[in-house]
Amino acid sequence: MKKIVGKAFVLGDDIDTDQIIPAEHLVYSLDKPEEKKFYGRFALSGVPDSVSGLPEGGIPFTQPDKFESDFQIIVAGKNFGCGSSREHAPFALQVAGIKAVIAPGYARIFYRNAIDGGFLIPYECFESLNGTIKTGDELEIDTDLDLLHHKASDKQYPLRPLGDVADIVEAGGIFEYARKNKMF
Amino acid sequence: MTLTEKILARAAGKTKTIPGDNVWVDVDVLLTHDVCGPPAIGIFKREFGENAAVWDRKKLVIIPDHYIFTKDVYANRNIDILRSFASEQQLPYYYDVGTENYKGVCHVAMPELGFTRPGEVLFGTDSHTCTAGAFGQFATGIGNTDAAFIMGTGKLWVKVPETMKFIFEGEIPPYIMAKDLILQIIGDIGVDGATYRAMEFTGDGVMRMDMEGRMTLTNMVIEAGGKNGVVEPDETTFNYVRERTNHPFDPVYNSPDAKYHSVRVYKSSELEPMVAKPHSPDNKATVTEVKGTKLTRAYIGSCTGGKISDFEAAAKIIKGNELKIDTYVVPATTEVKRQLREVTFEGQTLWDIFESAGCHMGEASCAACLGGPSDTFGRLNHEEICISTTNRNFPGRMGSKKSQVYLASPYTVAASAIAGVITDPREYLPVTV
Repeated sequence: MKKIVGKAFVLGDDIDTDQIIPAEHLVYSLDKPEEKKFYGRFALSGVPDSVSGLPEGGIPFTQPDKFESDFQIIVAGKNFGCGSSREHAPFALQVAGIKAVIAPGYARIFYRNAIDGGFLIPYECFESLNGTIKTGDELEIDTDLDLLHHKASDKQYPLRPLGDVADIVEAGGIFEYARKNKMF
Repeated sequence: MTLTEKILARAAGKTKTIPGDNVWVDVDVLLTHDVCGPPAIGIFKREFGENAAVWDRKKLVIIPDHYIFTKDVYANRNIDILRSFASEQQLPYYYDVGTENYKGVCHVAMPELGFTRPGEVLFGTDSHTCTAGAFGQFATGIGNTDAAFIMGTGKLWVKVPETMKFIFEGEIPPYIMAKDLILQIIGDIGVDGATYRAMEFTGDGVMRMDMEGRMTLTNMVIEAGGKNGVVEPDETTFNYVRERTNHPFDPVYNSPDAKYHSVRVYKSSELEPMVAKPHSPDNKATVTEVKGTKLTRAYIGSCTGGKISDFEAAAKIIKGNELKIDTYVVPATTEVKRQLREVTFEGQTLWDIFESAGCHMGEASCAACLGGPSDTFGRLNHEEICISTTNRNFPGRMGSKKSQVYLASPYTVAASAIAGVITDPREYLPVTV
């Protein structure tokens, strides 16, 4: 059984890629470690303070002097990752330490980028959980059974199976998948 | 099958596809720019080898346009990476900064250069790649990893989308622009109203539009979450494309038995000038509902609202008027800039009209549409309230997250620049019955 364990960072609906990583930061190299780390520092820095870390808000995703977040799982509302096609968005979340996002739905380019780049797992939930789960709550995702365990309430929530793309997620990205299947 | 299903079936070597099918398609054109090109090139080299050649150097188009006129060293390094890659791969279609070849905003340059051809498959590392659907091409945005995969293989997997059809019946009133149509649609269906789907625009209101009007519609399908936008090609399309390229193309059309996810019909005569209020493109209001709202800035530019027809519209309203607020004019491409100095309205060039009204005149690029480095022309660095012909008004999109952005048509932006408050363009256009 494979598990993803971590603390939740909770956000609202329609979190767009300009909020996930503001355009002014897209200039850093994605390879050089001394520059790449800034994607972790500035991840989700475009989210207005009042709605950063629900329900209270006012919680920075990454502390101003750090390069990695204290949170590992994002719980968001509908249409997560809308807007631009920048792959820097799932990349920045990965650099910050995010392993999975849980939302009722995604903008399709973000979804594709997250999976094809092997950055994080974008899970779909069947009902919005961003009103139930609070920032800082401990979560556990069972990736075999597609189940989310919310420790504070000891409740389990089913997640939508990944379907067609499970093989790409399993392989770790589109290149690994293509090699495994001898596509090139 | 719909037009989108047919293009994808042909590109996948199949006779039929249905929505939901995952198919591997052959790519006709891959587009990238200075923000996503360098990381895509990095992935390409990592995965295929330092000395690997791209799958087809005549199918890769690189158009730097985002962060061009900036002192930011990292942004300028990105241009250097593109330049050396284009040179080592001997790419014929690289449009370098600081040369006569420089174009500007890729989605407007692509049609100018003849790369938007009916029936083909175009992927681009920019969400507004969907603009090219105006030409009956399948065109959609992808990330760096997918682009790198195409650079090496010429192929990509894609899920065949369902199609939503939007019909505009009857002639579009003279005070309404394509931007009003698409803001109305996005407001009606929401920013995720077309997620994973194709959006097709038709009806005589749309089919009478020139290519630039159609491009404004398809450009913003991503703002409703759409995968691609499409207009069935016709003589208007073919004439535009043939004037710009000798490259052969094979258009496809909807079959009579094509099945649609949904069909929405609008009566063109009932349309109103629209805005999207802060901070979402679906936060719609009619101009009548918000008129008088105080503004500090106006912005005319971008792949959505920086084409020559957008400036012709704005100039028609601005000519002979003084402007109450700072107004930025940013031609999308160097070709649009050239035309600004050539095209006249009532005997004066558009450039002169804007300049004598006191507009700040910018160089061809994406400029402040997406904020960018702090020295970007027109960027909202403080608490501005801006009305803009661009496509997105998310928090911080054009710079500071303390700013507010209203999206509107070039007519409405021009009228509002004169008055300093949101203003109905009908106040400045000849009365029509």
